[in-house]
Amino acid sequence: MQLSGWGRYPTISARLLEPSNRRAAEEHLAKVLSADGGSLIARGAGCSYGDAALAPVVLGTRQLDHFIAFTIESEATATIHCAGGVSLDALLRVVIPRGFFLPVLPGTRFVSVGGAIAADVHGKNHHRDGCFSNFVESFSLLLASGEIRRCSRSENSELFAATCGGMGLTGIILDARLNLSKVPGLLINNETVVAGNLDTCFEVLKQRGEHQYSVAWIDCLSRGRELGRGCIFLGDHADDPMPEKNYRHKSGALINVPFATPGWLLNGATMRGFNWLYYQRQKLRKRQSQIHYQNYFFPLDSINNWNRLYGRKGFVQYQLVLPTDAALEGIRQILQRVSQAGKGSFLAVLKQFGAANNNTLSFPLEGYTLTLDFKMEASLLPLLDELDAIVLDHGGRLYLAKDARMSEAVFKAGYPRWEEFMAVRAAVDPEGRFESSLARRLGLGITSSASHDKEALQ
Amino acid sequence: MKIVIVGANSAIAKATARLYAEKGHDFFLVGRDPIGLEELAADLQVRGADKINTYELDVLAMDDHAAMVTSATEKLESIDAVLISHGSLPDQERCENDFELAQRELVVNGNSVISLAGRFANVLKQQEHGVLAVVTSVAGDRGRQPNYLYGAAKSLVSTYLQGLRGRLLPYSVHVVDIRPGLVDSPMTAHLEKGALWATPEQVADKIVKAIDKQRHTVYAPGYWRLIMAVVRSIPDFVFKRLKF
Repeated sequence: MQLSGWGRYPTISARLLEPSNRRAAEEHLAKVLSADGGSLIARGAGCSYGDAALAPVVLGTRQLDHFIAFTIESEATATIHCAGGVSLDALLRVVIPRGFFLPVLPGTRFVSVGGAIAADVHGKNHHRDGCFSNFVESFSLLLASGEIRRCSRSENSELFAATCGGMGLTGIILDARLNLSKVPGLLINNETVVAGNLDTCFEVLKQRGEHQYSVAWIDCLSRGRELGRGCIFLGDHADDPMPEKNYRHKSGALINVPFATPGWLLNGATMRGFNWLYYQRQKLRKRQSQIHYQNYFFPLDSINNWNRLYGRKGFVQYQLVLPTDAALEGIRQILQRVSQAGKGSFLAVLKQFGAANNNTLSFPLEGYTLTLDFKMEASLLPLLDELDAIVLDHGGRLYLAKDARMSEAVFKAGYPRWEEFMAVRAAVDPEGRFESSLARRLGLGITSSASHDKEALQ
Repeated sequence: MKIVIVGANSAIAKATARLYAEKGHDFFLVGRDPIGLEELAADLQVRGADKINTYELDVLAMDDHAAMVTSATEKLESIDAVLISHGSLPDQERCENDFELAQRELVVNGNSVISLAGRFANVLKQQEHGVLAVVTSVAGDRGRQPNYLYGAAKSLVSTYLQGLRGRLLPYSVHVVDIRPGLVDSPMTAHLEKGALWATPEQVADKIVKAIDKQRHTVYAPGYWRLIMAVVRSIPDFVFKRLKF
């Protein structure tokens, strides 16, 4: 069948196996690996944008979606033990009525727990609370040998650090124990600050770091003195008691995009118009508001299949991080280049990151991250190569969960600990049984060559 | 509520059990795979279920049906709802030559369902309350070339339920026939999916509502009622030439 990531680029033809329980997963793995040179990659909810969960054989964990145990440890803490295919949506649905919350939430609640660990995802509170892995107590990893190993900070700690952010290249995350926390309430008190240019955006993000959640939307098509104008959203949990028993979880979306819209609908003019309107609307809105957590954390989840809006050829999401000192200058250069090329997106998001963690391939660095969406077209790839050069010049790197096209050299320059990662990977998977298109492209493969992958790509 | 689910490891049953578990309830889960049953029991417990019993049964072993029904009756004391949802998707082409296989598929999808539905019907009749819900299929609405063996087994059950519904009416026992269309589940993992496919969760939502509101025949999702009305109205001389 034809398979792609959330960005719908690239698309490959793959065999998708979906075991319905743990034993079936082990059997599938054994069968694939018994073939000479057989390899596969795990796939959770398919929310990574590029080719991280693409390979000729893919093991989908969608059916491995059961809870194992929920333990309340104290007034303020609890752990949940669940299978790797459980979505964060299902998790919130279970823990919120019991008064608990997930401490790190990415931009969509449809990702799987296994995927969130493999990409070591972050949320709007990274500057204060760090990555998803911070709240992972332990997980069971199914290795290429068929052995199941429990990993935590104290047990198999190197494997733990390589697997969090390791994009599935060490094994399959069968189940995980996550730490939950209490929050004062499910509504978010939001303050919107409108900033007329990039300097002001940075200034506000830096000065207002005391807020638990902070993120800025940038008009990536503005130019000149208004380059990088935007709105900063600062949020904290409102101090209302959790609704617990009365909580009604909304799992569905408001609207659905039933098919890919014509790609030409998104062009320089419509993008510019959208960004202008959005900016003017924020300027007129109330500065203080209360927003339900679902709308605050997952605004795009209300549009089912929004990725189809970018047309048949799909899109690339480009997320970079630059260290604090170089961030303002680097991001200015990138926005200038993007604005010049006229290739903007609806969603340009700027966010401050806190300190990096100890995981070998985890994306965040202390500094600032910028995310841009680009409709896929032939002229896009050379532009992104130019942006790569700016990112490297400023000591930054790109997020693997979003990436579909960076070169091996760009990856290795941005992730200096890649050799450390490969050493751990080689120890648990010496024959390269877990391989994705991404791994081959970035030189993280063990046996296969890049040419093999080009055949599979369409 | 006290609920019996036969074929509890099936995707539709699992999704339905999860919806019920969020509101508490006691369960008696029947399935063939003990590991799957254990996994599901823990899952439902976390989601909020009260008491959970599990029972290992291969529906092909018809002699074991009576003991299971007795056990369910003893464990739950009074049963509020029974959901029968086991089944398999036969390989139609193989069944055209391998009649032993064809027989077995008819037993799994037809005879065994009737044996279980009939036994539970008597229990519910005795206690004078309860809902019996059975998952059949839109395939039972008309015998189509690619899967008429499966369709025959399902229409056998649907026809049986129509009569049973009337028989149980004086005893305040209600019978629901749930007819899902194409459902994206492990049973259909090998098929290419298109626009008409639904998730087990969508079907589960329908089942819970149908039991609650005491519906008779439910198509899940609802648009299948219209599609099947069209399919049923095609004259035979045209229909015999269709290969879908």
